[in-house]
Amino acid sequence: MNKAQTHPTNEKQNQKIATGDRAILPDGAKTVPIYVMGKRYEVPETLTIMKAMEFVGFKFIRGAGCRGGICGACSTVYRKAGDYKLHFGLACQTVVEPNMVLTQIPFYPANRAVYNIEEIEPTAESVYALYPELFRCVACNNCTKACPMDVEVMDYISAIKQGDLAKAAVLSFDCIQCGLCASRCMGELPQYHIAQLVRRIYGKYIQPRAEHLKKRVQEIDSGKYDGIVKALTEMELEELKRRYLESEREPNMALPGEWLPKDQEYL
Amino acid sequence: MTRISVKAGQRVFLDRLAKMSGQNVQQCFQCGICSGSCPMLENMDTHPRKIIRMAQFGMIEELEQANTFWICASCHACNVMCPRGVDLPRLMEALRLMTLRKNQNKVEPSRLPGEMIKEYPQIAMVSGFRKLTG
Amino acid sequence: MKVLYYPGCTLKTKARNLGDTAVESLALLDIELEELSRWNCCGAVHSLADDDLIHLVAPVRVLIRALEQGGGRLVTICSMCYNTLARANRVMRDDPEKRKTINLFMDEEPDYQGEVEVVHLLSMFRDEVGWDLLRERIKIPLKGLKIAPYYGCTLQRPREVGIEPVGRFDLMKHFIEALGAEAVSMTSADRCCGSYQILGNPEVAKDASSIILADAGKSGADALVLSCPLCEFNLDRNQGVLFEEGRISKVVPAFYFTQLLALALGVDPRRCHLELNSEASIGLLRDKGIIAS
Ligand code: SF4
Ligand code: SF4
Ligand code: FES
Repeated sequence: MNKAQTHPTNEKQNQKIATGDRAILPDGAKTVPIYVMGKRYEVPETLTIMKAMEFVGFKFIRGAGCRGGICGACSTVYRKAGDYKLHFGLACQTVVEPNMVLTQIPFYPANRAVYNIEEIEPTAESVYALYPELFRCVACNNCTKACPMDVEVMDYISAIKQGDLAKAAVLSFDCIQCGLCASRCMGELPQYHIAQLVRRIYGKYIQPRAEHLKKRVQEIDSGKYDGIVKALTEMELEELKRRYLESEREPNMALPGEWLPKDQEYL
Repeated sequence: MTRISVKAGQRVFLDRLAKMSGQNVQQCFQCGICSGSCPMLENMDTHPRKIIRMAQFGMIEELEQANTFWICASCHACNVMCPRGVDLPRLMEALRLMTLRKNQNKVEPSRLPGEMIKEYPQIAMVSGFRKLTG
Repeated sequence: MKVLYYPGCTLKTKARNLGDTAVESLALLDIELEELSRWNCCGAVHSLADDDLIHLVAPVRVLIRALEQGGGRLVTICSMCYNTLARANRVMRDDPEKRKTINLFMDEEPDYQGEVEVVHLLSMFRDEVGWDLLRERIKIPLKGLKIAPYYGCTLQRPREVGIEPVGRFDLMKHFIEALGAEAVSMTSADRCCGSYQILGNPEVAKDASSIILADAGKSGADALVLSCPLCEFNLDRNQGVLFEEGRISKVVPAFYFTQLLALALGVDPRRCHLELNSEASIGLLRDKGIIAS
């Protein structure tokens, strides 16, 4: 029988394919075929791409980081049988599908400009000067289609071209710097590096400062908490546990200012 | 009667030019109105009329070496005046693309001075990159 | 009246003197320019090769956004945006094969077949607002100003998208006269300013601009009026450089048509962004008593 046609579902066959010692397949678990870099593997249908790859013996030295969908190290691109479309996902978040053909793109070359954020002029022109290739965007929308975080990449690039850094900063906020957009760009832009510069400029120079945060930082700097922090770090473990268990907790969904702790010394 | 004979290699180039530009260069009767209306003429080493002539004769090397299509500003002054309906800017674009599509730029975005980019309007950057980068 | 409006990137930054003055003036003429809520750069130049469809995607996407936001007419003010959008629109309307390929490529968008009508603001003045109404609403006639219309390339060429036949400059002439100024003609009204060559071959572009400015100087015009931010850059903002390099001997500033309109309608000059024009432009308006010194 051609190996490519096997689709084992019973326990015996499962055990046969459960190589490696990472995952133990529960009784009656179903497996599906997936293709990693063109080679077929049978994997449990409930696993994410990352776990499925480990299940069949891959070891991640690069291309994995947080395993929680936030570091952007595990970009994956795949196609489904009989479908021209490219699909994109994070290996640590995307559950396998039968007959998906995938490869990981843990890194993609993208030019990152060198600048000193302290000296930069907070204008769109500064961004243009560092990333003139921005103007090569053809609005193909490949970037937005590729983004595993559903960021509207083309729209943030458009916003930057229109000089609207605030809009671009907000639109690109969910970006995790995975680089998939850059891998698909017709204009050869490093979109995510451009957006990061924009968010830095926005955060440092444009966004209004939070006054209460400033006050709190001043308090910390003035040493208001030094004593209690020191006391806590030197405290006996039992005492620490007791305090933890007795600690007061703000009720869920409390409105600001509605609830105050009994001990208000450090507020 | 004299006949213009074109060799096979030239045929491939000329067919490609015709396909990309959508123009039949044999339509041109060499009146020279294009050259006469071109505002960039002074800086061209080969006049627009001559470019068409070269295409008619399949003079590929000469065509490729001319600076004409890199100086052309796509202003369409020639094309609105041509009595034979030749859309010369399309021919210029096809000639530019034959280079740009080989991943060769005429302007290198990364090498432009930052001060200049800050000063130029977006419209200059976008149109310049569209026409002069691949 | 409310019309959909596509500003284009430059009108949001370096050419606010074009975009902002248009919005403000039109409000005074009871026309609300409703900006597309989502839009991208149109690409500034039309793709001229038959097998280069990817560069039609940007303008078509803008037209789709216009359709999504109600369709009908889409007004543009920048001549290059106008030209690019109008030509892409014609391709989508008239070329079934290219239309099909582009629609297939943009599989995340609804199909488009050229339903939107692309209009330049200048044609709207002629065809809808009318010169009489414009004349009536003028508060500060631009008396004593001699202005030469400068069309550049993209308002008239190619013929099928021209807002006026090649060689005729009546539209801007009537506009200038409606504002109370004097229209002066010059031979290079539709001569190319050098366009994008300012990026690739700056010397060549400067040659092209200098010829126009020398001609404007000879025509006796105090200023040029135009509607394209690239022309404005080459002819107005770059004029100091051209003068310093000895390419021109007389300075002739340029204004956007919407700036002159705003001033004539009585908009506060401080909101006309004259600081974005060449220095000579403010001087000229002061000399003529149009703005306070
Ligand atoms: S914007 Fe680009 S780098 Fe950021 S998450 Fe999306 S695809 Fe990845
Ligand atoms: S992939 Fe590149 S060219 Fe295409 S829309 Fe995104 S930024 Fe623009
Ligand atoms: S491993 Fe960090 S996002 Fe997947």
